[in-house]
Amino acid sequence: MSTNTPEKQGLGPVSDLVDLGTGEISREIFVNEEIFRREMEHLFPRAWLFVGHASQVPNPGDYFSSQMGSDPVLLTRDDKGEIHVLLNSCRHRGMRVCRYDEGNTMQFTCPYHAWSYSIDGALVETPGDLHGVPQMKAAYDNKLRKKQWGLVHCPNIHVYKGLVFANWDPEAPSFEEYVGDFHWWLDNLADAFDGTEGATEVFRGVLKWRIKSNWKFVSENFLGDTYHGASTHASVEAVGIGPGGKGKRRHGERQDQGGFSKGRMKTSFRLGHGASDNLAYEVPYPEFAEPEMEEYFAAAWQKRAEKLRAEDRPLGGRGPATLFPNMSFAAGFPRSILVAHPISPTETEVWRWFIVDKDAPEFVREWLRHYYMRYGGPAGMTEQDDMENWDYATQASLGVVARRYPYNYQQGLGQELPSDLDRAVHSHHAIAGEVNARAFYRRWAEFTDNLSWPELEELAKTDDRATAVAPDALPEIGRREEDN
Amino acid sequence: MAIDEKLIEKVLLEREVADFLYREADLLDERRYDEWLDLLADDYHYSVPLRLNVRYDDVAERENTRACEVQWFDEDKSTVELRVAQLATGVHWAEEPVSRVSHLVTNVRLDRVELPEVEVSCRFLVYRNRVADETDFLVGRRRDTLRRTEDGWRVVKRHLLLDQSVLMAKNLSIFV
Ligand code: FES
Ligand SMILES: [Fe+2]
Repeated sequence: MSTNTPEKQGLGPVSDLVDLGTGEISREIFVNEEIFRREMEHLFPRAWLFVGHASQVPNPGDYFSSQMGSDPVLLTRDDKGEIHVLLNSCRHRGMRVCRYDEGNTMQFTCPYHAWSYSIDGALVETPGDLHGVPQMKAAYDNKLRKKQWGLVHCPNIHVYKGLVFANWDPEAPSFEEYVGDFHWWLDNLADAFDGTEGATEVFRGVLKWRIKSNWKFVSENFLGDTYHGASTHASVEAVGIGPGGKGKRRHGERQDQGGFSKGRMKTSFRLGHGASDNLAYEVPYPEFAEPEMEEYFAAAWQKRAEKLRAEDRPLGGRGPATLFPNMSFAAGFPRSILVAHPISPTETEVWRWFIVDKDAPEFVREWLRHYYMRYGGPAGMTEQDDMENWDYATQASLGVVARRYPYNYQQGLGQELPSDLDRAVHSHHAIAGEVNARAFYRRWAEFTDNLSWPELEELAKTDDRATAVAPDALPEIGRREEDN
Repeated sequence: MAIDEKLIEKVLLEREVADFLYREADLLDERRYDEWLDLLADDYHYSVPLRLNVRYDDVAERENTRACEVQWFDEDKSTVELRVAQLATGVHWAEEPVSRVSHLVTNVRLDRVELPEVEVSCRFLVYRNRVADETDFLVGRRRDTLRRTEDGWRVVKRHLLLDQSVLMAKNLSIFV
C-alpha cells in the first residue's frame, strides 16, 4: 500500500486507502484535497448530522445558526412549535440571510435585495418560504413563483429527546435505521441522570474554536481512542480536576469499584458508530466532595438503577462515543456534545455544547458548569492537550515522504469479540483496541466512494467481524494490566 | 496656578495601578507563575464570557454569555493554581514546547476608587507564538478589581471581553 499513493496512480476509490486486512490506513485520507472534496460531496449531505438542541430554540421564532458539512443552516421553530432546518443562503444571489448566531424572528430578510422568508405558517404554506419580494410587479411582473424560491428546506429532521438531527438526502434511511443499537448511548446522553427520559437541556453558550487538524482526528478520538488518555492527559491527571475535589482524577471514578477498567470493552458498530465502553460496564456516578452533589447523584443513581433494571436494561454506555460521522459526546462526567465541522482537509471548527438535567437544583447546575469549563473546550485543562496532538499529527502528515507511510490501526486486529447488540462487536481490551476506528473508516470509505443507499444497506446488513471467541472468555476481557 | 491636589493624587494612584499591571504582565511573560499567583487575592475570580454575533437590539440581552452560562473561563484562584501546576508537569503538551507570550496592557483608566479597592479598565493584546508559525493574537477589554494590602496590590476580580466569537486560537492554554 505504501506505493499506492494518489500522486502516483491517480486517485481511485478511497476504499483502496483503507486496508482493514492489515490494519493500515493511508495518510492521504487526512490531508488530500480531492478526498476532502469527495467527503463534502458524498458523505456529509447523506449522513444524519447533529445541528443543535431543541432547548436552544424553546419559543416560536427562536433560531440558532448551525452548520451541516459545507453548508450553513438555520435551526428554527415556527409559529406552531415545529422545528425546521433551512439552508442559510438566499435563493436570489446566495447571500447568507442570517449572520447572527441566535435570535428570535418570524422573518429572515436578506440584506442584499430584501427577499424575505417567513417561518410563520399563517403567511406561508411551508415555513421558510419566500414571502416578500421588493418590486414584485416591476421586477417580475408578479409572475415570480414564490413557492419555488423559498429557503431550501432540509427534508429530514429528527428530534431525538431534544437532540436535533438532520439529513439532506430525501432517500436516506430513517434516523432509527441509521443509528441502530447505538441509540442506547444517545439515550444516556439525553436522559436525565436519574433516568427520566429526555429531561435534559443545554447550557446557553456553544464553545466554538478553530483547529488546524483534519476533522476525522476529532471523531476518531472520541469514538474509542481510550489509548491516548495516559499520555495525552498525563498532565491533567497529575494535577487532578475531578469531582472528588480538585486534587482528584479528572473523571472522579469511585475507587471502591475496584479500579477503572474492569469488565470494560469498547463497542463498535458496523454502521460506523463507536463507543469507548459497553452497556454492561456500569460506572456509578463519582464521589463528590460536596454533600449537595453527593446527595443529588446518589439519589439519581439509585432511581436510574431501579428504573433501568425494571426495564431489563443495563446501566452502562456513557461513552465517550461518536455518532458517525462527526458528532461526538460523553454522557458522564462531563456530559457534553462535540461536533467537528470540516473546513478544509487541514482545518476544522469544533463546537461544544454542555448538557444538564432540566430539573437540576442551582447548586448542581453551577457545580457542573464550572467542572465542564475547566475540563473541556479550548480553555479546558483536558481538551487543550488533545488539540496539540490532532494539529501536529495533521501537519506532520503533509510531507511527501510522510504520505508514503500509512498509519497503524492494528490493535486487536482479528480479536474482535461478539456482542449482543445488533451488528456490533467489542474490543478485546479496555484501553487498547482499534476496532472502532477500523469500522469507522470502513463506513467512511463506503459513503465517500458514493455507494448507493441499497449498496450501503446491503454492506451493513451483517457484521462480518465477530470472531468465534467462547462467551465464557468474556469476563476476563477488558482488564487493564494495572488493575491486576 | 493652584495645584489641584485631588487630581495629582488620582494621577499618582493611576500610575501606581498601571505600574502594578505592567509588572504583573512581566511576571507572566517571564513565566514566574508562582510570583504571579501571589498577586491574586484568595477570593480571586476570573471570568471571560463568550461573545455572540447578535442584532444591535439584542446586544444587551444576548451579546455576552452570562454568569450562569458557558464562558471561556469562570473560575477561582484554586483552578488557576491547578493550571500553573499543570504547566509545571512537563507533559502539558499544549505548552510543550513553551510558548513565547507578550502581554500588552494599555488604555489603563481608574473607573472607581473606594480604597482599599479600585476598579480599573484597560485594553489588552496578548501575543503568543509557538513552535514555528503558530501565532495568536488575543485582543479585547478588561476590567479588574484590585485591592491594596500591606503586601501591595492584589487582583480580586478580572472580567475580560475577548473580541472573538469563534476562537481562532486552537486553545487557551496561556493566561490571558
Ligand atoms: S441575494 Fe438575497 S435578495 Fe438578492
Ligand atoms: Fe483526549
